[in-house]
Amino acid sequence: MSIVLARPRIAVVVFPGTWSERDFAHVADAVLGWQATLVWHTETDLGRPDAVVLPGGFAHGDHLRTGAIARFSPVMRSVIEFAEAGAPVIGSCNGFQVLTEAGMLPGALMRNDHLEFRCEWQWLRVERPSSSPAWLAGLDDGQLIRLPISHGEGRYVADAATLDALEADGRVVLRYVDERGKADEAANPNGSERGIAGIVNERGNVLGLMPHPERAAEAEIGGTDGLLLFRSLERWLREQPAAAERRL
Amino acid sequence: MGLRQGIADPEGQTVASALRSLGYDTVSEVRSGKLLRIGFEAADRAAAEVVVAEMCRRLLANPVMEVASWDLVEADAPLAAHAG
Repeated sequence: MSIVLARPRIAVVVFPGTWSERDFAHVADAVLGWQATLVWHTETDLGRPDAVVLPGGFAHGDHLRTGAIARFSPVMRSVIEFAEAGAPVIGSCNGFQVLTEAGMLPGALMRNDHLEFRCEWQWLRVERPSSSPAWLAGLDDGQLIRLPISHGEGRYVADAATLDALEADGRVVLRYVDERGKADEAANPNGSERGIAGIVNERGNVLGLMPHPERAAEAEIGGTDGLLLFRSLERWLREQPAAAERRL
Repeated sequence: MGLRQGIADPEGQTVASALRSLGYDTVSEVRSGKLLRIGFEAADRAAAEVVVAEMCRRLLANPVMEVASWDLVEADAPLAAHAG
């Protein structure tokens, strides 16, 4: 028996002030031929997607703290349920901030150490991709990729015990490096503890990262390394009969 | 809401260096924070304490990097009428 797979479906959550939702939808719909649905933050029905995206932007104006108010939006109850079922969730930039505020990932993201907003291409080292099969399985341990960053509050902080545990468990999956793969102060664009750019939850299905994979999906705009994450997801979905059944 | 001890505070450091450049040589440290003034009704002081503590825990402070402290002031006038 062969199963003809439907197109992957992603739900892209939109809070008031989100700005990257259309880029994610464009990559899914136009570049990959997937199906993206925008889900307003007051909705609770995600529409049975294969994956959920919390995109970048300034949800609720970043007031109080980045992501602090977004975590209480009705849609987040559904996102948490979705993640607790083991389904893939990615939070990029402001989405990463929302994931930490919601307690779905440890730590917090604070003002860049130099107080400047940084919008530039950044080299990253992929570490322990097997920790996040859905999002990183197609990448190699130690692989260097280049993605845009665009944030004023991307300095990852957590207490030393949390940082040690994240590293020991292989949950730091993206680190800021230079073009030769060296992680040092000069390569760190925001003062993040230990150069951390992306982490996953214990189960590996929830990925938070400050860079923007959706802005690196077409050669015309400077790079396509962001597609590696989307392709990983596609491959992972193909290996999940449950995900295929959900779409039938 | 203030930053926990040990959490780097680039904003505070920048303000400290600005103060020093104005000649305030004795400034050793500035820690930044956020002040909110919240008007609400409560039956009594004890009840108000409970509500504020809960507000801080649920929304106002992120325990990863912040610590909250508060003062309660009894008032009849709206917040705008109070300067402090």
